[in-house]
Amino acid sequence: MKQSLAYLTDPLVKANPITLHILGICSALAVTTSVSTALTMSCALTVVLVLSSAMISAIRHHIPTAIRLIVQITIIASLVIVMDMFLKAFAFEMSKRLSIFVGLIVTNCLILARAETFARQNPVWPSTLDALGNGIGYGIILLIVGTIRELFGAGTLLGFEILPLVENGGWFRPLRVMLLAPSAFFIVGFLVWIIRSRRPEQIEQPEFRILGHDETGEA
Amino acid sequence: MADINPIRLWRRFLALPNESLTKTLVFAFLVTFIASVFVSVSAVTLNPFYQANLDREQRARMSGMIAALAGMSDIMSGVSVDELEVRIVDLASGTFATGVDPVSYDQREAARDPNRSLTLPEEADIAGIRQRANYAPVFILRQDQALELVVLPMRGVGYQSMLYAFLALRADGNTIAGLTFYELGETPGLGARISDPDWLALWPGKMLADENGDIRISVVRGQAQSPLEIDGISGATRTGNGVSNMLHFWLGEYGFGPFLKRLQSGTLRL
Amino acid sequence: MSDLFLSSVFEQNLALSFFLGICTFLAVSRRFESALGLGIVMIVVQTISVPVNYLIFQGLLVEGAWAWVGLPEVDLSFLKLLCFIGVIAAMVQILEMLLDRYFPRLHHALGIFLPLVTVNCAILGGSLFMVERQYGFAESVVFGVGSGMGWALAIVTFAAIRERLKYSDIPRGLQGLGIAFVITGLMSLGFSAFATGGMQ
Repeated sequence: MKQSLAYLTDPLVKANPITLHILGICSALAVTTSVSTALTMSCALTVVLVLSSAMISAIRHHIPTAIRLIVQITIIASLVIVMDMFLKAFAFEMSKRLSIFVGLIVTNCLILARAETFARQNPVWPSTLDALGNGIGYGIILLIVGTIRELFGAGTLLGFEILPLVENGGWFRPLRVMLLAPSAFFIVGFLVWIIRSRRPEQIEQPEFRILGHDETGEA
Repeated sequence: MADINPIRLWRRFLALPNESLTKTLVFAFLVTFIASVFVSVSAVTLNPFYQANLDREQRARMSGMIAALAGMSDIMSGVSVDELEVRIVDLASGTFATGVDPVSYDQREAARDPNRSLTLPEEADIAGIRQRANYAPVFILRQDQALELVVLPMRGVGYQSMLYAFLALRADGNTIAGLTFYELGETPGLGARISDPDWLALWPGKMLADENGDIRISVVRGQAQSPLEIDGISGATRTGNGVSNMLHFWLGEYGFGPFLKRLQSGTLRL
Repeated sequence: MSDLFLSSVFEQNLALSFFLGICTFLAVSRRFESALGLGIVMIVVQTISVPVNYLIFQGLLVEGAWAWVGLPEVDLSFLKLLCFIGVIAAMVQILEMLLDRYFPRLHHALGIFLPLVTVNCAILGGSLFMVERQYGFAESVVFGVGSGMGWALAIVTFAAIRERLKYSDIPRGLQGLGIAFVITGLMSLGFSAFATGGMQ
């Protein structure tokens, strides 16, 4: 039981797919201009991730070695196509805003990485939990970035005005730069900084160490 | 005799080593087959919803445009889009075409079909659309039986994307009542500003043609000097040129030119 | 056309303004040489794959493509994802074999990057953008070359900066990934300043 829980909770902060493993960032950043797109994207990705992990784990003993990757990509791509069509059918406006990024879930390295490193070696249930945990961990980062960008870039959250805008008689002048690409990089960079300050074990070993005045090279 | 019990065959198949050629081939076939059935079934079941969304969006755009037409709001109150009359125009002759269902006619689809469209000669294709459908829908709005507005659909290449627009004309066929873009992918903050209400508000009241009947309307750099000119958007000269070219094409002989001539001379049975 | 080229290299850079292929971008930029190798492979693959996918999409998938066999209603465009992935994977495979056969030394140097490219979203994204923006054949060639070069330019520049970064004194938590993100953000600002929109 405890082990199952760990599958689910580890990827939330401790082994977060985005901030520790640098997986799945491509889509993660492009759809974070608003909370609603970030939320939809996280849900879509989590569904695809869970289903693909469960399926690949179910057939893990029988995947022929020679065509392993192709089989995995085919399964993922089919799920993504259906997800894309589902959004177009029932969340049309949203699918237009997400544009090509739903389709790009196919090449999201997070999904393939979970399939390759976890689902292929573990039974269905742990794989499902692991996928769910990773999906949620991915979603948390997306939502944090999306919240910051939408709040300061447009003064709204989920479309509701939080900070009264100057044009509507309030005091807040939106920071348009928040809606542009660079801000997403900065926000994730600082998120990584915060997480690593709390959890120093995640820091990569520097290839060179800068020595202080009182240190010597041999020390 | 070969064993044909399916369950035993299946077991034997699963027991094959994962490196075996038979297993690889059968497995590849099974995965592709299941995946394609899954995808096709979802495509067939979900597509009607998607099409309905597209239709709804097109209608919403139309009603949005009609509602936004300057000075028309009092006439428009109580008139919904469904009460617009949609007619199909044969662009070559400028007459209304018979035998085409205006509700189901899809101009974009027709433009891709070589049998139902015209490949434009390069020098005439100023809007960069390559293929033009033979028929185009027009939307006619009446007030007390009298023609009030004609709305013409248009498209043309902007700076980075295809611009899709509706141009609404007054009954004289020469005064602009409004212009709206319902699909474009221009640079946000620059080219995309052609869909800003502030800029579109410059259009009503402008004229298409000068006193000789030549189409002269254009988006200029800087300030407009005459009713035939529209202020350009700084930083978006190319998008502006795209808009001008689109108007010139669709108001010219390959576009609605023949239709507008008939409309102005009164030889069109509305 | 030259505008399309410039904007796909700078303003609409796939990596820096659409975040495509950022995973690989961050992972393979520790060494200048490997970044250069991956960049070259990206240019080649992108230059071929966007036009090839254009031909496949227009010839086989788009609604009406099967009119000549009497099936004008068939619209296979929902299969574009699968087809594009297939085309890209097959092309990378062929490229790998050709390199191995005729340029073994080049293959030795670039070989390990080829599989990486298959699952790089910049390649797939380029093809999807080509469809979404309705480029013609000539435009898709220009876009393919431009976006590939833009991506390569970004990663090579970034790797060069990162090489210098090894010697700088950075707050502990920001070392590695954190500072990499911040620098990518700064580069993204710089690239967007080349916006052809100013002259548009």
